[in-house]
Amino acid sequence: MNDYGPGFRRCTPINYAVFLCALTAASAALADNEAAPLNYFLHSYGPAATPTMHLGWVFVALLLAILIIVASLLAGAVFHKRPVEDFRKIGREEEGMPWIYIGTGISTCILVVLAIYSLVTLNVIAKPTHVPGLTLTVTGYDWWWKVEYENDDPARHFVTANEVHIPVGVPVLVKLKSADVIHAFWVPVLAGKTQMIPGLINQQWLEADTEGVYAGECTQYCGVQHAHMGLEVVAQNTAEFEKWRDAQRRTAPPTSAAGANAGQKIFLDQCAGCHTVRGTEAVGAHAPDLTHLNSRRMIAAGLLTNTPDHLMQWITHAQELKPGARMPSMVLTPAEASSLSAFLSTLN
Amino acid sequence: MAEAMQTAQALPAGSEGKRSGGWWGMIALIVTEGSLFGYLLFSYFYLASQTEQHWPPEGLPDLLIPGINTLILLSSSIFVWISERCIQSRQMRWSIASMALAVILGVCFVVIQLHEWNDKSYDMAANLYGSLYFTITGFHMLHVIVGLIILLLLLLWLGLGYFDNRRYAAVTIGGLYWHFVDVVWLFVFTSLYLTPYLY
Amino acid sequence: MTHNTPDLSLNRVPEMGSAPIGSAAEIRLAELWETAPGWRGWLSTVDHKTIGLRYLVTAFIFLLMGGVEALIMRLQLAGPEQNLLTPEQYNQLFTMHGITMIFLYSLPILSGFSNYLWPLMLGSRDMAFPRLNALSYWIFLFAGLFLYVSFPLGEAPNAGWFNYVPFAGLEYNTGPNIDVYALGMVLLGISTTVGSINFVVTLFRMRAPGMSISRVPILVWGTLTASVANIFAIPSVSLAFFLLWLDRRIGTHFFDVVNGGKPLLWQHLFWMFGHPWVYAVVLPAMGIVSDALPTFCRRPLVGYSAVALSTMATMLLGFGVWIHHMFATGLPTLALSFFGAASMVISIPSAVAVFAWIATIWLGRPVFNTPFLFFAGFVILFVIGGLSGVMTAAVPLDFQLNETYFIVAHLHYVLLGINVFPVIGGIYYWFPKFFGRMMNETLGKWSFWVMFIGFNLGFFPMHVAGLLGMPRRIYTYAPHMGWNMVNMITSVGSFVFALGILLFLVNVLVSLKRGALTTPNPWDAPTLEWATPSPPPAYNFAVIPIIASRHPLWEDRLDEGGGRSSLEQGYLLMEGRETLGTTSLDADPDIILKMPDDSLAPFFLGLFSALVFAGLLLHWQNFTILMVLACSLSLAAWMWPRKTLLQRVPDACEEGAAHG
Ligand code: HEA
Ligand code: HEA
Ligand code: HEC
Ligand code: CUA
Ligand SMILES: [Cu+2]
Repeated sequence: MNDYGPGFRRCTPINYAVFLCALTAASAALADNEAAPLNYFLHSYGPAATPTMHLGWVFVALLLAILIIVASLLAGAVFHKRPVEDFRKIGREEEGMPWIYIGTGISTCILVVLAIYSLVTLNVIAKPTHVPGLTLTVTGYDWWWKVEYENDDPARHFVTANEVHIPVGVPVLVKLKSADVIHAFWVPVLAGKTQMIPGLINQQWLEADTEGVYAGECTQYCGVQHAHMGLEVVAQNTAEFEKWRDAQRRTAPPTSAAGANAGQKIFLDQCAGCHTVRGTEAVGAHAPDLTHLNSRRMIAAGLLTNTPDHLMQWITHAQELKPGARMPSMVLTPAEASSLSAFLSTLN
Repeated sequence: MAEAMQTAQALPAGSEGKRSGGWWGMIALIVTEGSLFGYLLFSYFYLASQTEQHWPPEGLPDLLIPGINTLILLSSSIFVWISERCIQSRQMRWSIASMALAVILGVCFVVIQLHEWNDKSYDMAANLYGSLYFTITGFHMLHVIVGLIILLLLLLWLGLGYFDNRRYAAVTIGGLYWHFVDVVWLFVFTSLYLTPYLY
Repeated sequence: MTHNTPDLSLNRVPEMGSAPIGSAAEIRLAELWETAPGWRGWLSTVDHKTIGLRYLVTAFIFLLMGGVEALIMRLQLAGPEQNLLTPEQYNQLFTMHGITMIFLYSLPILSGFSNYLWPLMLGSRDMAFPRLNALSYWIFLFAGLFLYVSFPLGEAPNAGWFNYVPFAGLEYNTGPNIDVYALGMVLLGISTTVGSINFVVTLFRMRAPGMSISRVPILVWGTLTASVANIFAIPSVSLAFFLLWLDRRIGTHFFDVVNGGKPLLWQHLFWMFGHPWVYAVVLPAMGIVSDALPTFCRRPLVGYSAVALSTMATMLLGFGVWIHHMFATGLPTLALSFFGAASMVISIPSAVAVFAWIATIWLGRPVFNTPFLFFAGFVILFVIGGLSGVMTAAVPLDFQLNETYFIVAHLHYVLLGINVFPVIGGIYYWFPKFFGRMMNETLGKWSFWVMFIGFNLGFFPMHVAGLLGMPRRIYTYAPHMGWNMVNMITSVGSFVFALGILLFLVNVLVSLKRGALTTPNPWDAPTLEWATPSPPPAYNFAVIPIIASRHPLWEDRLDEGGGRSSLEQGYLLMEGRETLGTTSLDADPDIILKMPDDSLAPFFLGLFSALVFAGLLLHWQNFTILMVLACSLSLAAWMWPRKTLLQRVPDACEEGAAHG
């Protein structure tokens, strides 16, 4: 029949097949099975995250089902068989309202259920079931994290950076501050994210069920090195955690070896304006506390693993490794470098 | 056919009062400007409710002069309204006189308000309150000045004999703007001068 | 009848009649409405069709610029630890990409359609304020150029499209970049506001007699709703940017933490605007689908009133959900619950529209032309984008999804799915009306499938990247994060999609030259714009028609007993540029509106206002003051009451006629 108007042509079902292929190809990405440390959709290790993960599964399952139903309806609408009729004939206007009533009715019911489920989940994760056993303050800096373990006794209060240690099975209250712009604290497998807003102290809590090292990221765009503002949460059993805490409270031991002494001098000259090493005269406040540098797994907010090589690379080439970072690339002669290295190696 | 009836009817042509496009346009403009002031006052209350500073910094505002000034502004609105009524009753001279009076009252408002500004011991950059106070009253001042220019133009056009009781949409529309500027002042005045007494 | 001195009487009975092409009346109308040739005419035209096309072309160029920026970003992100871009360059690129797409493409392109189509759909000879229309275009153009001035200097805005303080404050962003953004947005806000006012007044005053409010096309509902929303929402963002500029350059303290300012104030002001805005950039596009899809289904839209109501309901609810962009800011749980629930409720009106479209296809007899493909494809993309929106509306889930690529996936599915696809479908649909030539079908089908496949290939995996924890706005990532594969697929898909756009462009260029010549109504469509020749003459309608139904061109074939519209016989109105004003709900004849001639004033006013902002940017105080004066003078000249428009009473000599 060629009753179609001048602008019209017929389409083949091949197009539909291509459409399905597109969807399949896109979802094939789901098969991407590399280990993803921030994968919160399939992994969660604490009561602040697990209910959300389950919520996510229910949502994804239900919404995928809705998508498939709607897509089938659409495909059916497009391809179901119709008697051949004159092109110029026009359908009746009043028909079809049941589609809207039924479709919208069912959608509304589903939405109500989803809304209730998500509000219930929100309440579950809003507060820990028992009183937090530990409070710490994390402050976002461009582009690293200061971590403070508070204690009523100032002598037991200590500061570290970029690595948070927590005891397993204990809810931890995290107070969130910012020293400059807005950052966001996010350790996905333990809890959702919360912005760190200057002038405001936000809070969130997290708890780890099992020992392990859990990766976190800053998720609020905060400037050139927003991409490299990671942190790690190390969950340990209580004994190990106490051991770690006691070690962190200690000040740096006095240097004895000659190289280290020279290194300390260089450090006091060149680094102390920004960095603190407790127990020395270095009390800079703009940069990570280095008192127990070697106890940390990573340096520069997750950029490099903490090896002596990386450390010296970082100190001399910070601006190449992390362009824009608030630490200059330090110019050191080889001799200076090796004594500085010797000094840093004492910071356990 | 129903339409056939209407077609026999004579219709006004050109900019006729509330049927003119301009009148509708002005209403829409007022809605958007009104929301602008809404957001300004929202910002004021949002910041005031969270502040730890002394609010307002120099203690409760003095109400006498601003109160009188408010009355001056409101009365100028009345004269604009009278001016329009006079056109309708073909008393063009009275209309011009009334409009002129409205302009004078408007100018008085500006002068007194400038004086108020001068008396403040702080400026925009001094503290948060100053930033809000001067931005909000400044925005309003800007509207008053625009409104005054409009009134002056209307006065000029009235003087040139452009309008009579058959065509004077510009006066209706310009007048509407001026009434808006006055009503907004009531909100600004209440927020900046009266609410501090409430807490 | 002689027309040498136009009738300036204050009241008259409008003359009825017909004016077929070539008749004396028609020739006279053409003379009255046509724009003078040459550069003067080019700069001074107020013809809504010309302005509409300018909007379309300009916005599309911005789409290409934003698109190329995105493609460069995708090259950088294709693999881990690439060094194609420095972090600073990347940050400027994604910011300019967002700004360009959101502000310079997605609304202006829809304004283009509405500008071109409204008077034709409504049976009018122009918009309510033709000169304001020209002004809004010129300011849009200048604001677009303004926002790009600092780009070549390597100093483009770099704080993301939502530009959070304090990062956007002077302390952390010392260059001119943020000032450019702030001032440019205030300037653009003026354009959007006057444009919106124009649409609203046009709807209420400019419909053909008989086109009651329940007979206007859904595109009109969409643009109306969007315009009303803009009127309320734009001041919020203009104010936010203005306060930011004051903070940066005058030293106020609105966002200055040290002195009691609050960074969250910015977020509130921005999103109180931002959320209504995202609906403003899709409702007219959904209107395009609601109007054009029925043509290809050979039946009227199912549930016209329901869809019109859902359009307004979406917008109304849209003003109450802005907090869903701020779930992670530490607000109290109660507030989060409320706004989370509201964000879910907002899906209900969308469901109405989705089921109306599906029912229309189901009950109709679809013809598979290119526009139909785009509209049917749009439905599925909208559903995917909407469903991902429902996921982010679940507060606990959003604590995870927020600021990850899942959001990037959501926003591209909704923005491209509900804006770009209908827009391109709309161009295929109305191209014959715009230019009197059909677009090539084969190339059209190819462009659809390449775009559709490329789009899903590119953006579906972003959901996965988000679930794997990939944050937004990172210029690179480490290889061990598990994001390599998804990013590679996304980058490939983006280029496939771009290829589809390229095919579409080729099609436009080829069809402009070689497309088959067309009739007034090649698709056998129901609405009034198809009653005019293709392309429509300068005066649109030789006579203002009288409308009796929603589908004036289908009346004889719909079985309803409704009235018959009168398209050949109608109001002649040719005493100068004239059109009919009607009452706002029932569209009864109310007034004979005198329309202004072409004028250079809009161009100059636009130019001077852009220069005011340039002066502010460069701190040239005297220059700024001078330009403000120039603006005021142009405005006064513009507003000066004119006799030809009967804004003032006729002179004494004409008094007699006037009293008659
Ligand atoms: C272009 C327009 C557009 C549209 C139409 C939408 C539509 C919706 N959006 Fe989206 N949104 C954006 C543009 C848009 N959004 C942008 C640009 C951002 C990011 C800004 C940025 O950060 O840069 C964003 C971000 C965003 C967020 C913040 C995420 C975050 O930053 O953490 C949220 C949270 O609630 C959200 C929710 C929704 C919801 C619930 C809808 C709903 O309106 C969707 C409704 C539609 C449907 C649900 C589908 C149709 C319905 C059915 C088929 C019925 C059956 C369905 C069910 C039973 C569920 N959006
Ligand atoms: C309408 C809105 C719109 C549109 C159409 C697009 C289109 C695209 N966007 Fe955009 N995007 C946004 C709105 C939009 N985006 C917004 C609001 C943000 C948030 C910004 C922010 O965080 O501040 C964002 C952010 C954003 C990001 C995240 C950046 C980040 O967080 O780090 C990415 C990354 O992949 C991306 C990619 C793309 C791609 C590949 C396209 C493609 O569709 C582009 C397709 C290409 C073209 C249209 C050009 C066609 C080119 C040619 C014809 C030339 C031919 C050339 C070749 C074939 C080589 N976008
Ligand atoms: C101008 C300030 C400044 C100076 C001087 C400075 N640093 Fe830093 N340093 C920083 C900042 C800021 C960071 C955090 C950078 C980041 O991760 O973005 C940092 C990070 C580091 C780190 C990694 C810490 C961690 O836990 O991740 C080490 C190690 C370090 N600096 C050593 C040094 C040494 C050694 C010197 C002197 C030779 C020095 N710094 C001089 C500011 C400074
Ligand atoms: Cu800190 Cu992003
Ligand atoms: Cu939103």
